[in-house]
Amino acid sequence: MSRTHLGMPSFPPFPEAAGAAVHNATLRANLRHATHTIRDRRAVAVAELADWDRLREAGRQIKDHTLRHLDRYLEQLESAVTAAGGTVHWAADADDANRIVADLVKATGEREVVKVKSMATQEIGLNEALAAEGVSVYETDLAELIVQLGDDRPSHILVPAIHRNRGEIRDIFRAEMGNWGRAARDGLTDDPADLAEAARLHLREKFLRARVAVSGANFMVAETGTLIVFESEGNGRMCLTLPETLISVVGIEKTVPTWRDLEVFLQTLPRSSTAERMNPYTSMWTGTTDGDGPRAFHLVLLDNGRTEVLADATGRQALRCIRCSACLNVCPVYERAGGHAYGSVYPGPIGAILTPQLRGIQSEIDASLPYASTLCGACYEVCPVAIDIPEVLLHLREGVAAQGGKGHRMEKAAITAAGWVLNRPGALAAGEKLLTATRALHPKSPPGAGAWTGGRELPELPARSFRDWWRRNRR
Amino acid sequence: MRVALFVTCVNDAVYPSTGIATVGLLERLGVEVDFPRAQTCCGQPQFNTGYRAQAEPLVRRTARAFAGYEYIVTPSGSCAAMVRDHYPAFGESALGPRTYELTEFVVDVLGVTDVGAWFPYTVTYHPSCHGLRNLRLGDRPRRLLQAVRGLELRELPGAEECCGFGGTFAVKNAEVSLAMGRDKIRNAAGTGAAVLCGADNSCLMHLGGIIRRQDAPLRPLHIAEILGATEEHPYAQEP
Repeated sequence: MSRTHLGMPSFPPFPEAAGAAVHNATLRANLRHATHTIRDRRAVAVAELADWDRLREAGRQIKDHTLRHLDRYLEQLESAVTAAGGTVHWAADADDANRIVADLVKATGEREVVKVKSMATQEIGLNEALAAEGVSVYETDLAELIVQLGDDRPSHILVPAIHRNRGEIRDIFRAEMGNWGRAARDGLTDDPADLAEAARLHLREKFLRARVAVSGANFMVAETGTLIVFESEGNGRMCLTLPETLISVVGIEKTVPTWRDLEVFLQTLPRSSTAERMNPYTSMWTGTTDGDGPRAFHLVLLDNGRTEVLADATGRQALRCIRCSACLNVCPVYERAGGHAYGSVYPGPIGAILTPQLRGIQSEIDASLPYASTLCGACYEVCPVAIDIPEVLLHLREGVAAQGGKGHRMEKAAITAAGWVLNRPGALAAGEKLLTATRALHPKSPPGAGAWTGGRELPELPARSFRDWWRRNRR
Repeated sequence: MRVALFVTCVNDAVYPSTGIATVGLLERLGVEVDFPRAQTCCGQPQFNTGYRAQAEPLVRRTARAFAGYEYIVTPSGSCAAMVRDHYPAFGESALGPRTYELTEFVVDVLGVTDVGAWFPYTVTYHPSCHGLRNLRLGDRPRRLLQAVRGLELRELPGAEECCGFGGTFAVKNAEVSLAMGRDKIRNAAGTGAAVLCGADNSCLMHLGGIIRRQDAPLRPLHIAEILGATEEHPYAQEP
């Protein structure tokens, strides 16, 4: 498989990073509070709709249909965008996309761009690529601003600064805003309204000055060439309307055939992500319009591994994802490990199935991600496009086990040996007898059991097995 | 009525008292219980860890062992879910519709919620994930517990959250697994219940291991052992 990078350097395997994060009390408290709040609100918002299950099924079908005929819809989209005055660029991988965007920005003569929050541009590491070309990039989503000012990494798809509390945010604003533009006022408090006002003043300066904006998109309508961005703060609307040039970098799987298909996602996405009945700012644009909004519009269609995911009959359902984050908010592993442990811009359950498919399973972090789940199924239950995440995790685990990397050779030997016994009831009964007869001699922590006995006792073995009891008492 | 007991490998080797209680409960309800001795392990640990080829002989063995039975009953939601949800991928689709988790069998097939049990202790119930989300057991276990004489059921906060066992997850991601288990135990202990009841001993093995390490005042106990206890034959050890 190929290996596209997802815009981040190398990371330790998940168990190591998560094991450290678990002991960070502030992080645990921040994550627990935030995920439980959004989780509970989402449950209420979803329960309001009597036809939720049918909406979910409709969303699944629309996405599956589009993915099945993606070649056709992408060409239709390209024609529609071009006819509406936009220019379409095709990017096979991250380097391609970064080069296209950098060239487009440089051609305007500008050295600054404002950005709408976008997963695709994080995936390809666009900010770093543009910085290397001497272009300053300003994130304008509040949480992305916090991450950027804090020289930090996003840890959640929808709420990138979920790992920060307001005290930490106040400190970052105080220390860093002045280095990037308008400084925070003296005596800034951690009151949410005060923090929002500081961000508003800081960002307004950027919006009014910027002549180039970069965005992603939540959906692209093939029949009309319309792009749609869902956001909650209005920063997206500013970026999409004020600058002269708009460059949108969008994964090819974001296509839907018709406007009518949006009806489903306009209901399921806000309720799943922010637990809102209706999305606060939904911006839709089709090419360019004289005297209204950007005069130049470029659409960069990003593959970056997606075509290979599409070729996998089980794994391709991950491409249905509409980036709502409901699976992160409900995941007990994410809640304790935090987003950074996943070593990718896509954390949580969806990240555990998307990242190893986009990047391959060669590295330690990527091979560890399919195991970063108890298979509890809470993610699948809340997914608004019915991605069976446990099914894909199991599928990816087969690939990792077959690859036989670090730790998996010993594991395979142990499982094969156990399988020999388990396939011979006589040998199993003899083994059980031996174990129960010698139980007084067993050490409390036998060699190799450290991962279990580090925080747990082993169960006490019974005097005899069930099999043995049955033989004596029933037959 | 005659059923085959699918006891599971964990119960066979580590928790025979759960198997024995299941036999006692079913016989008390007028069911004839058989134990096909060719059964060993359903293959779930191998399958869930990515070793499909190693799981396959065990899937075939299990399918053969239970082939002649109309009802297969197991005191494990997780193993029932393996048979029902994953055996079809091995081409073994016949077993799933005939395989029942114990509480599901008692409530749906036998049509009983008051099994005549007596258990004079406070209990809180943790619904393990595969029973909750794969089998959709819903309130069946709690309805059975509520009908037990002497038993006081305390609601477990965050009941639907995973306990952190997850098979090999418990050792591959031990720190996160333990953090989840400790949170579950804190919630259970907070109810003031003496017994933490579940319908999957693998989850209770993990939780019980933490409870013993912490010396927490909670006894993990499989629901079969509560439903199996009566005034004539009370639960052997006081929680």
